[in-house]
Amino acid sequence: MHELSLAQTLLETVEAEARRRPGAHVVTVGVRVGELSGVDPEALSFSFEALVADTALAPLALAIERCPRRHRCPRCDFTFAATDSDFACPRCGSTPTRCVGGDELELTFLEVEEP
Amino acid sequence: MTRIVVEQKVLKENDRIAAALRARFRDAGVFCLNLISSPGAGKTTLLERTLEGFPAGERVAVLTGDIQTENDARRLACFGFPVRQITTGGTCHLEARMVERALADWRLEDLELLFIENVGNLVCPSSYDLGEALKVVLLSVPEGDDKPLKYPAIFHKAELLVLNKLDLLPYTPFDLERARAHARRIHPGMEILEVSCTTGAGLNTWRQWLKERREAARREAALTR
Repeated sequence: MHELSLAQTLLETVEAEARRRPGAHVVTVGVRVGELSGVDPEALSFSFEALVADTALAPLALAIERCPRRHRCPRCDFTFAATDSDFACPRCGSTPTRCVGGDELELTFLEVEEP
Repeated sequence: MTRIVVEQKVLKENDRIAAALRARFRDAGVFCLNLISSPGAGKTTLLERTLEGFPAGERVAVLTGDIQTENDARRLACFGFPVRQITTGGTCHLEARMVERALADWRLEDLELLFIENVGNLVCPSSYDLGEALKVVLLSVPEGDDKPLKYPAIFHKAELLVLNKLDLLPYTPFDLERARAHARRIHPGMEILEVSCTTGAGLNTWRQWLKERREAARREAALTR
């Protein structure tokens, strides 16, 4: 359960951003969470809500974009979202394919209401 | 309403410290491993078996992380190599700044091999880079052969899987072939070693693996210097 400390880190970043824009109110924080990041999006949301409630930033929404594990086919160069059961290339049927994404844990955007 | 594009890693600060640690390890010629498993899979026992096989004067050290107690450091200190406990006080994983702090008064130039034993947990440690050369995941037979599928993040990120407690195979439904297949479904080409720290089976292969990886890291460091 490290989502609480991740939520705290996120909140600190938002606070720093808010300080750079006096008078602005951050309404939404966008994050990208990959399937292989080891982060549970629901636990992250829950922790974030709990932490935000006690700050001047409330109300502040968290918008989570979930990213699937992605593979690239070495033969035809096709990139695709891979499921646990089948990592074969859906275009040419090649296997094995190489994992090229899905471990993202990124702050992507802030939505801000400016005065 | 304005949308500000940020695009930065949530763990940017951890990653910054980890990158600095990695550079220090490289400059000092230290090969660093981050050992990750659930509680009780045998990280400390594997380290005991590993340390006892080293000659006195081997330039090896251990940082061992736990939520509470100094038990592991006590178990490992009797081999005469530097050991330091990191007690996280509740945090379920090690972070780069904890490693940085624990190493503050150590001369890395005196070391060639550093083991970081993470807090027992198959989930959270996978998110935190500690500056290691590579992650090693341990899975023990009583835990079940389905764990790679249930905890894909760590099996994806670890370079080596050590299957431990092989002596318990006759007493459990654990299927070795299925465990290997599950691990390689998550991580095609994953290296897998099978050991029993109780009987000693497979430990020579583990020592050989360590030796080869250390030498490879040394050659690589010499090339970039």
